[in-house]
Amino acid sequence: MKAMLFGFAAIVVIAIGANTVLGALSYSSADRFSGSSVRN
Amino acid sequence: MLRMALAFVLTLALTSVGHAQEAGLSPDRAATGGAQTLNDILARQAGQAIDDSFRRDATGNPDNAAAIAAQLGTLGGVSDAETWRALRYGSADVTVSAGGEVASVLVQDGGMRWLEFRSTTLRTYGGWLLVGTLAALALFYLVFGRIKIDAEKTGRTVTRFKAIERFGHWLLGGAFILLGLTGLLVLFGRVFLAPLLGKGVNAALLDWSKWVHNNVAWAFILGLVMVFVMWVVHNIPNRTDLHWLRKGGGILFAHEHPPAKKFNAGQKMIFWSVILFGGAIALTGVSLLFPFDLPIFAKVFSALNATGLPQLLGYGELPLALAPQEEMQLAQVWHAILAFILMAIVLAHIYIGSVGMEGAYDAMGSGEVDEAWAEQHHSIWLEEYRAAEAENEKNSTSPAE
Ligand code: HEM
Repeated sequence: MKAMLFGFAAIVVIAIGANTVLGALSYSSADRFSGSSVRN
Repeated sequence: MLRMALAFVLTLALTSVGHAQEAGLSPDRAATGGAQTLNDILARQAGQAIDDSFRRDATGNPDNAAAIAAQLGTLGGVSDAETWRALRYGSADVTVSAGGEVASVLVQDGGMRWLEFRSTTLRTYGGWLLVGTLAALALFYLVFGRIKIDAEKTGRTVTRFKAIERFGHWLLGGAFILLGLTGLLVLFGRVFLAPLLGKGVNAALLDWSKWVHNNVAWAFILGLVMVFVMWVVHNIPNRTDLHWLRKGGGILFAHEHPPAKKFNAGQKMIFWSVILFGGAIALTGVSLLFPFDLPIFAKVFSALNATGLPQLLGYGELPLALAPQEEMQLAQVWHAILAFILMAIVLAHIYIGSVGMEGAYDAMGSGEVDEAWAEQHHSIWLEEYRAAEAENEKNSTSPAE
């Protein structure tokens, strides 16, 4: 049970982490999606 | 193996989504001076492949221009119609000052075929595949019921999965379910939710879905790597699998449970489906995540061409000059097709791990299974487990030298 909850918690942590890190690197999906002339 | 063959055949079948089939006869076009004939139009309307080189290659020739001082000399050797054809078939020499290779594609009619495929074939077949799988599982339950532990439970348990194994499994499984649900919302939200809840609610839900799908993907990749590393040695096929399959796992064709090691043949099939399909889904997914940065299909097609298989199956050489947009279309199509197939497989896995079989959930819940369950489903593994335990005990009780 505990391992399962840890697994689910890790999903949340990884998702927020990925969003933060990729955003900080300006390499988020949204950054790559559009050109420099488009706000995102 | 069968699955891989199927996947390969589907790959080939779908290259036509990005690329019209240009093979076929080249009929007599003398009557139109080499231009489109009524037969061409009828054939195209009937969805047949036509040889379109009469159009594709009719892009003019600058060298044919009349001398600059001659009559019409200033018009050059390429007409407007010819310029448009060159744009449409991707042979125009386009230079753009911004936006790179992507922006240099001004017309990409494969996009219409892709859109059509995504909004009809994909939704219809994908949706029914999942509904059909659920129905088949319900039927299976009605026919076979819950697979019980035959012997009396012993009350003694053995450790089937360590905490780290269960963590990896649920990291993968939890991420898979989130990705599956949000992926389905992205594909079906517009047709099912928007009419029901209104466009505003649907848009907010999809915005959220997209965030979840884009970011939970990384947890899925980590889970996939963990599960692969931890379990690959236990999933190499061997002779016990043949016996297990012949008995239909002790459910379909026999009522005695065939011996199995840590994983039986059914579980091995699930494992390899998850690894292969999951790996391909992750690859195409990451390609979609950073649009145009990581094209993969030209490389895959070139590798496939080198095997000679597409040629053997009558598809000819697969196209290697893919427009950036075409790369994305193929990535989306394959991402979704493989995701649907894997979701169907995983539904069966979830069924057997929960309602379908008594005692199975414990293996991934607490990690501890009753000895009677282990004896019934994984007898060889249980023997090895006991032998290893006895060995450990002997070592720990024998006096130090
Ligand atoms: C590494 C893992 C993955 C990544 C990076 C990824 C990425 C993506 C991206 C970027 C999209 C396009 C979304 C959009 O329209 O904007 C997408 C769509 C989708 N994904 Fe994934 N994905 C991953 C795993 C999965 C898994 C495991 C499943 C299924 C269980 C899945 C099912 C889907 C579905 C059904 C769609 C919708 C296709 C459509 O709208 O036509 N994905 N994915």
